Amino acid sequence: MSSERDAIKRQAPPTSIFGRGPMGGFGMPVQKAKDFKGTLRRLMGYLRPHQTKLQIVVGAGVIATVFSVVGPKLLGKATTKVFEGYLARQAGAATGIDFGYVGNILTWLVVLYVVSSSFLYLQQYLMSGIAQKTVYALRRDVEAKFSKMPLKFFDSRTHGEILSRAVNDLDNISSTLQQNLTQLISSVLSVIGIIVMMLTISWIMTLVVLASLPLSVTIVATIAKRSQAYFIRQQKALGEMNGHVAEMYSGHAIVTAFGHEERSVGKFKELNDRYYEGAWRAQFATGMIFPIMMFVGNLSYVAVAVIGGYLVTIRSIALGDVQAFIQYSRQFSMPITQLSSMANTIQLTIASAERVFELLDEAEEPADPIPASTVPTPRGEVRIDHMSFSYKPDTPLIEDMSIDVQPGQMVAIVGHTGAGKTTLVNLLMRFYDINAGAIRVDGVDIREMTRGGLRKIFGMVLQDTWLFSGTIRDNIAYGREDATEDEIVRAAKAAHADHFVRTLPENYNTIINEEATNLSQGQKQLLTIARAFVADPAILILDEATSSVDTRTEVLIQKAMAQLMHGRTTFVIAHRLSTIRNADLILMMEQGRIVEKGTHEELLAASGKYSDLYRSQFSKLVEASL
Amino acid sequence: MLKLFVFLKPFRASVALVLALALAQSLASLYLPRLMADIVDHGIVPDDRRQIMIYGGLMLLMALVSTAASVGSSFFSAKVASGFGRDVRNRIFDRVAHFSVHQFDRFSTASLITRTTNDTTQVQQVLIMMMTMVITAPMMAIGGIILSLSQDTRLARVLIAVIPILGVIFFLIMRKAVPLFQLMQVKIDRLNLVLDEGLTGVRVIRAFDRNAHESRRFDAANLDLTGNAIAVNRLVSLLMPAMFFMMNLTSVSIIYVGALRIDAGQMHVGAMLASLQYAIQILFSVFMVTAMFVMLPRAAASAERINAVLDVIPDVNDPAAPVSTGATRGRVEFDNVTFQYPGAEEPALSGVSFIAKAGEVTAIIGGTGSGKSTLAGLIPRFYDVNGGRVLVDGVDVRDMRQEDLRAKIGYVPQKAVLFSGTIATNIRFGREAATDDEVTKAATVAQAAEFIDQKPEGYAAPVSQGGTNLSGGQKQRLAIARALVRNAEIYVFDDSCSALDFATDAKLRTALRSETTAATVFIVSQRIGTVMNADRIIVLDDGQVVGIGAHGDLIKTCAVYREIAESQASLEEVA
Repeated sequence: MSSERDAIKRQAPPTSIFGRGPMGGFGMPVQKAKDFKGTLRRLMGYLRPHQTKLQIVVGAGVIATVFSVVGPKLLGKATTKVFEGYLARQAGAATGIDFGYVGNILTWLVVLYVVSSSFLYLQQYLMSGIAQKTVYALRRDVEAKFSKMPLKFFDSRTHGEILSRAVNDLDNISSTLQQNLTQLISSVLSVIGIIVMMLTISWIMTLVVLASLPLSVTIVATIAKRSQAYFIRQQKALGEMNGHVAEMYSGHAIVTAFGHEERSVGKFKELNDRYYEGAWRAQFATGMIFPIMMFVGNLSYVAVAVIGGYLVTIRSIALGDVQAFIQYSRQFSMPITQLSSMANTIQLTIASAERVFELLDEAEEPADPIPASTVPTPRGEVRIDHMSFSYKPDTPLIEDMSIDVQPGQMVAIVGHTGAGKTTLVNLLMRFYDINAGAIRVDGVDIREMTRGGLRKIFGMVLQDTWLFSGTIRDNIAYGREDATEDEIVRAAKAAHADHFVRTLPENYNTIINEEATNLSQGQKQLLTIARAFVADPAILILDEATSSVDTRTEVLIQKAMAQLMHGRTTFVIAHRLSTIRNADLILMMEQGRIVEKGTHEELLAASGKYSDLYRSQFSKLVEASL
Repeated sequence: MLKLFVFLKPFRASVALVLALALAQSLASLYLPRLMADIVDHGIVPDDRRQIMIYGGLMLLMALVSTAASVGSSFFSAKVASGFGRDVRNRIFDRVAHFSVHQFDRFSTASLITRTTNDTTQVQQVLIMMMTMVITAPMMAIGGIILSLSQDTRLARVLIAVIPILGVIFFLIMRKAVPLFQLMQVKIDRLNLVLDEGLTGVRVIRAFDRNAHESRRFDAANLDLTGNAIAVNRLVSLLMPAMFFMMNLTSVSIIYVGALRIDAGQMHVGAMLASLQYAIQILFSVFMVTAMFVMLPRAAASAERINAVLDVIPDVNDPAAPVSTGATRGRVEFDNVTFQYPGAEEPALSGVSFIAKAGEVTAIIGGTGSGKSTLAGLIPRFYDVNGGRVLVDGVDVRDMRQEDLRAKIGYVPQKAVLFSGTIATNIRFGREAATDDEVTKAATVAQAAEFIDQKPEGYAAPVSQGGTNLSGGQKQRLAIARALVRNAEIYVFDDSCSALDFATDAKLRTALRSETTAATVFIVSQRIGTVMNADRIIVLDDGQVVGIGAHGDLIKTCAVYREIAESQASLEEVA
């Protein structure tokens, strides 16, 4: 279980405080979203409840950007005044720098900066709330969706796949909303603002600076395209290498037992080398972008210095203007870089959002009927009437099955591994809907009941013990919403679990850890039986398989199961001879079909498949003891 | 973390080159404002356009030098970091591959995978950052200070005063933020756990109609995480505005102080302009250094995890002077063997003694925790004993080469493990040189030929990673075929028939019996039915041998054996 979660973590991009930064989106091959506009609109829909706050964010962003864009110009004015004063001194004038003017400007500047920084902070502050709350809503919707999905959905996918959408993709959306949205606003505004400011100083110089734009865009695009091939190579090699690692580690005992260590290491080195070849090239490509962008920036710097200097000498502009321009050209490059990397990031995010929406659009189970029938005091009578079912439409499974189970009877389901015994469980619990016929509990068709109501009538103890990370008490109490302490202990006693729980240092408060490794398989089984006792169902579904359980605990489990079955209608996936022989009805299954049914004696007499199985399994024991 | 630097040794020359190039790049960049100042002082002020052009040309040159150095530095650091990562990964994998089985079990498989892949990448990435920034950033800061000092000392003092203030602001914010980030990771893990449990336990949740409960659990975790994330993000959003404000304040101070000095005739205008540039560069590098420090703890954690693996020396090794077994074949002897897992309170096996010869079938039975699999694992020397000896063909297994020992043994584990490839490659894993006929024969004995022939590609049918495209029973049969194709002296079947139904199990045992008449067979099982016909049954209880003998005798004399038998069938069948 946690290995899947670790795998998910491995695939996620490393989260950094400074976000993905300006370089974040470069180079990685982009998965294009299939319906960009539609998904974008839908995502925006999630932002709608925060409309007013968003408007403030945009407003704050505008103010912050405007003020920060005006700054350099003002600073330039101060510098010019200083320069003028300086030149005046040089020329021998008595008064030098006009400190009144300079002081004035500087004070205004400080005010400007305070306002700008505050609004910048306000913007981010509000955006944090908006972004996180939006993702909160998305997560909640995804989880809510899960509870409405048919089991078919979960059975046909790996957990890794589902978790990847719920976790990684939502992570992507969260990061982007948090950082890139505000970045987008400020970058666009900055670019526009800076160009405007530059134009007010000198259109010639503006052209000089703007000329660098297409240059940097082309360079980045070329590098990105070239490096795509390396990235793909890198990812592919990484996948193969990781796959090898996973396999060899999971099968470590076998590799050791068969003396394959050297071969395994050799193969790893080969894959590792292949990864290295792709990785350093991809790394270099990414690493090149920053210096080249810097160079283009410096080029502008030089151009501004030279041309600006020239223009000052012909008195076309002031010295302070040159300085302001330098600042502007520096300020210009960052939003440009951010915007170009953002294109990539936004693509990725919309692709992620699309996958999440796909999940949310999945078909749900048909809703519970209103009004629903109920069975207030279930007796435990089950009738299956000419029922047919198949998982896939073209592979028939159960056809025209009819059985009649009276309250308190025991039905044993027998068959080879993989014979489809769990199918019956799936249908009785209405995890899957039947195709034809009806299943009735105490005369009521199960489709007319609410699912919750139906499942309360049944109790399930399967071979696969599912316990969650919580206390033992909570796990046992899971059987019924408001189980009292008394009921819990009584159930544990009935399940022969109370004894071992009391040997644990924390008794019932012992926390079952994530993979439930602090309890043995047998103990877990006893707890699930206790849970079923708490639920006190009228009808029981039981799987007797108890492999990898020690003998003593197995005896306890059998006693506990026997007690649980007492007086209840039970469907048992049987493995023990005594269970089968005592069953009121035996269903022999093969490849999902019920091939024989009857009591033990009847089936033996029929000399069919059951008879074969019985003789091959149990007769040996009889022979040997003679 | 520093321990890992030893892996950088082979890259010494490249690292030196990277540092030198980074230095060159910093110096060249730092020189630009200086040249700018020169343009002002020597070109603009005296109205000398030619000087402007000359200095402009120099600036261009410097820019080119800086870029070239930067690109070069990038190139070499990419190679160094990637090479470093590759070497560390190689070392980890090699080390883990040679771990003994129980050393391996000390770490979980998932954690080892993460250490080999994810953690190495983390360290690698930090290395790159460090190489490019560890020189550049301080260089820029120090160089900037020096150069501005050379321009004008008083002005430079403004800058020097600002840096620690900025540093303190960042430090304070980070100090609060980092623990919050760690907490956030914990909450993310919690959320994923709840989600994951919801997926794995979907049947149970619905069976007990506890959907509402699960939703509440999820919502609690969701809310918790969201709250934390908002707090963290709000805290971190202070950084940018703070930095910008400080930078701008510095600029204002520079102009003010500069104006005073210029007016007093103590400074040139160009110096003021240059100082403004330096201020920005310096503050930016301080920012970068802080960013780097943030990534360090995470990388340090990864480095620690890697070192934890590398520090473990494989404890099952080949002897200095290996002994070869003679002509004896298939003789396995346990001589008063005691084994205790390290850190365990009680021995898993104590005082186990028996001799098994070629042609005999020895069964080992007992409940879980009785020591069965441990005993089986001692034969191919998965672990070394604490007391007594394990001898194969008359030689203590510790005195043999592991390769030689394992070549004698065909081992089938409890849970079948297959590898990606084809059915044929999986069976050949047992012996690469096996011919097609031998492969088919092994598969037939293992009762696998039937289902293989039903597949359209037959023996070339693909097996996916972990063998997930095959059923449990099919995997087990292939694992058995894999062992059989070895034509081993000794076979060890560790509860390997648990996924098979009774009929197939019986057929298998019959086929095995005729196939392995010359070999020594060990069968570990919990089913009486499987062990009943063995020549010798060893009954284990709590690590001790409580009975050795044939089925008929044990039923009468061994209480534990009888207990096991009784619980598996009704009394009359067995008595």
